[in-house]
Amino acid sequence: MTERKVLAEFPYELKPVEKGYNRRTLYINLSTKAIESRPVTDLMIDKFVGGKGFDLYLMWHSVKDTTRWNDPENEICIAFGPLCGNTNYPGSGKSIVTTISPLTDIPIDCNVGGHFGPYAKFSGWDAIEIQGKSEEEIIVFIDGDKGIVQILSAPDEEINSHILAERLIAEFADNPNGYQYVSVVSSGKAAEYVPISCLNFSFWDKRRKVARLKQAGRGGTGMVFRDKKIKALVVKYSGLKGDTNHPVDLETLQKTGLKLHKEIEEGDDKQNRMRQVGTAHLVEIMNDYDLLPIKNFKYGQMEEAKGLASWEFKKLFTQGLPDGCWFGCSLSCCKAVDNFIPRTGPYKGQKVTVDGPEYETVGGCGSNLCIWNARDVVELNFYCDTYGIDTISFGTSCAFAMECYEYGILNKERTGGLDLSWGNADSVFELIHQMGRGEGFGVIVGQGVHKMKEIFAREYGADPKLLQDIGMEAKGLEYSQYMSKESLAQQGGYTLALKGPQHDEAWLIFMDMVNNQIPTFEDKAEALHYFPMFRTWFGLQGLCKLPWNDIEPANNAETDEPAKVPEHVQNYIDIYTAITGRPLDKEELIRQSERVYNFQKVFCMRMGKGRRIDDIPPYRAVGPVTEEEYLSRKERYDKLLKEKQGIDPEGKSTQEKMALLRAYREDQYQQLVDAVYKRKGWTKEGIPTIEHLKSLGMDLPEVVEVVKRFL
Amino acid sequence: MKKFLNTYDEDCIACHACEISCARIYFKVDDLERSRIRIEEREKSAHIVACNQCETCVQVCPTLALTVNAQGVVLVNNRLCVGCYMCIAACPNESMFRYLGGIIPIKCIACGLCLDSCPTEAIRIEEKQEN
Repeated sequence: MTERKVLAEFPYELKPVEKGYNRRTLYINLSTKAIESRPVTDLMIDKFVGGKGFDLYLMWHSVKDTTRWNDPENEICIAFGPLCGNTNYPGSGKSIVTTISPLTDIPIDCNVGGHFGPYAKFSGWDAIEIQGKSEEEIIVFIDGDKGIVQILSAPDEEINSHILAERLIAEFADNPNGYQYVSVVSSGKAAEYVPISCLNFSFWDKRRKVARLKQAGRGGTGMVFRDKKIKALVVKYSGLKGDTNHPVDLETLQKTGLKLHKEIEEGDDKQNRMRQVGTAHLVEIMNDYDLLPIKNFKYGQMEEAKGLASWEFKKLFTQGLPDGCWFGCSLSCCKAVDNFIPRTGPYKGQKVTVDGPEYETVGGCGSNLCIWNARDVVELNFYCDTYGIDTISFGTSCAFAMECYEYGILNKERTGGLDLSWGNADSVFELIHQMGRGEGFGVIVGQGVHKMKEIFAREYGADPKLLQDIGMEAKGLEYSQYMSKESLAQQGGYTLALKGPQHDEAWLIFMDMVNNQIPTFEDKAEALHYFPMFRTWFGLQGLCKLPWNDIEPANNAETDEPAKVPEHVQNYIDIYTAITGRPLDKEELIRQSERVYNFQKVFCMRMGKGRRIDDIPPYRAVGPVTEEEYLSRKERYDKLLKEKQGIDPEGKSTQEKMALLRAYREDQYQQLVDAVYKRKGWTKEGIPTIEHLKSLGMDLPEVVEVVKRFL
Repeated sequence: MKKFLNTYDEDCIACHACEISCARIYFKVDDLERSRIRIEEREKSAHIVACNQCETCVQVCPTLALTVNAQGVVLVNNRLCVGCYMCIAACPNESMFRYLGGIIPIKCIACGLCLDSCPTEAIRIEEKQEN
């Protein structure tokens, strides 16, 4: 057992959660070792609801305009939301993590599963706010059974999550039967060296007898965590029952949850097979529709992609287990590969359990790099998780480096001898292990695409324009793994996303490109208003997005707006009111989100981004950058020139046609931005107007003060 | 061998005596919603719903609150159950129940205490081979 000193201790009164809220947050300052309970005000609940709303509110009042990721006043906030922790409705165990990102310099937010959030909430806290920097390695321990928060010394040698999480669970549980009552937040060795880092939130898998890991993946939360010298956050709570969230109307909550359980039981095998393969079912669909990113998003389809189809992963995933990342999630999407034996790295030859891979990991660590072997993707997934690396940013960053290698911008001399040809899995393994060791070219790749662009231009004389075109990042964050070239709406969905190009604000490719349901700019703008607002709501409540539309009622297609899944929207309204006792309808649901969304927008402006110029995509996300891309889809692009632009492609060189297409598409994108900003109540520069903030009730003095600087 | 409550719909006269008996034994109330056996009155006949101990629910329970005893009977461990009701949804013959105000689901545990209440022997404790 590791010898630990108690560096600070804070006893607090245990009180039941009422209607989904504790009405207090936990503040910890690692510089001063202060630990405090702070009240949740009516204003916080009325305007910010909970979850991401509370995170952003707390962070706003703690950071300065100039704060960067490694300043002591930067915070890691983890909040849970009023609906979080109920065991009745699938997908109700999410934590939302925010910090000022080392990749983007603005707030990043991640929605993550695992048991930490619900246990921390039921231990007495609506949010945890960690500020300051410790001089020595520490663990924060929240004992929700006894009502004590401690900062403990952490001389542990181990950093990597798959080992550290299990050791801490064993250490802090009362006995092996109590492992399920402990959850750990940790990162990994790579987070000390590279900003494309993540946090792992554990849950004890009673059947497998291992700690499973879910990731707060995007934006570099792991690096902030390690910079503060936090080795882990540990929570223990053993009192969970079916009504611990103390809803006002348990009956409605139970019935609504049961209705969805039955829908999943009847529909999942026919619809998305989430219980069999999780989100990996998307791989073959994306490949079929030319949407699976291949070779740094050059192409969307390749025959070889069948090597990464869900049936290949199904062979590896242990079947028939209730794989929910929180109790009561019958959608059970988080699959695991048991007894996996890595072929490389420090854990080569050891049996490990690997969570996932999920679709994004398959796209990032597989197709985008032309790695077509499912086992290699599982191994990259394992090392990303345990080293604390975001699989999405890792994939997109490696893909960028490989394309630079293809063009000769990089060579073996510059990569330290690594051959970064497409599909060279051994080199990609070496990159990830270098990130884990903090050495070599892997550390350069781990800086992310934005920094690599600067380095390659400065050090190697690469053409900055080419790097800008092929570097799949915006605002400093790497794109996630869908091709947006043929969907204008999704170009907006990605690039207008507040935190950077992640698909959790909007996924509109099928509505736009396949089904042509949103043909006009106004239609697209409406979708780019509604869906980001609707999806923001999950983060306010502590919910997962997947049970909203990865299972649909059998009659959903017959409803007025099938893309919104109206019956499930009503479910959310019903369970919100059942838990909190507060009235809600679908309009107020959107307004709850809109308040926080606009607050986050102004927060981004305050930190130096959030301008129109920050909403510009690399051209690779919009159209063909290279001749080979154009020629690979020549028929499509020639046809578009003729039909959309009235230009006869005959007799024109490929370069001429590419230039014409580019001018058209970039203009279309700007017209889309105009329409979206207008719909969102923002100026042409993307600034929320005072009138709009007033209409939302978000004309708080501190918000107005920032907005006025930009008007 | 597995002990279970076998049901004979053709003998059931839907008098509901078994439900009353069960609710009184386990909850000391006459509320039929508290019974671990349910009688559905259908157009042509009655249908008796009681757990056949198939163990499907055991597989889906996320907290391992459902266990099988030495006689093959599935039991709910109230201490471990978190009331998620995934077992209710997964039950192939809909014999895992919830009731108003309750959190822990209820099911027939083949105790046989209802047998005497049945005037037609439509319910019988029997044994069958393991699933």
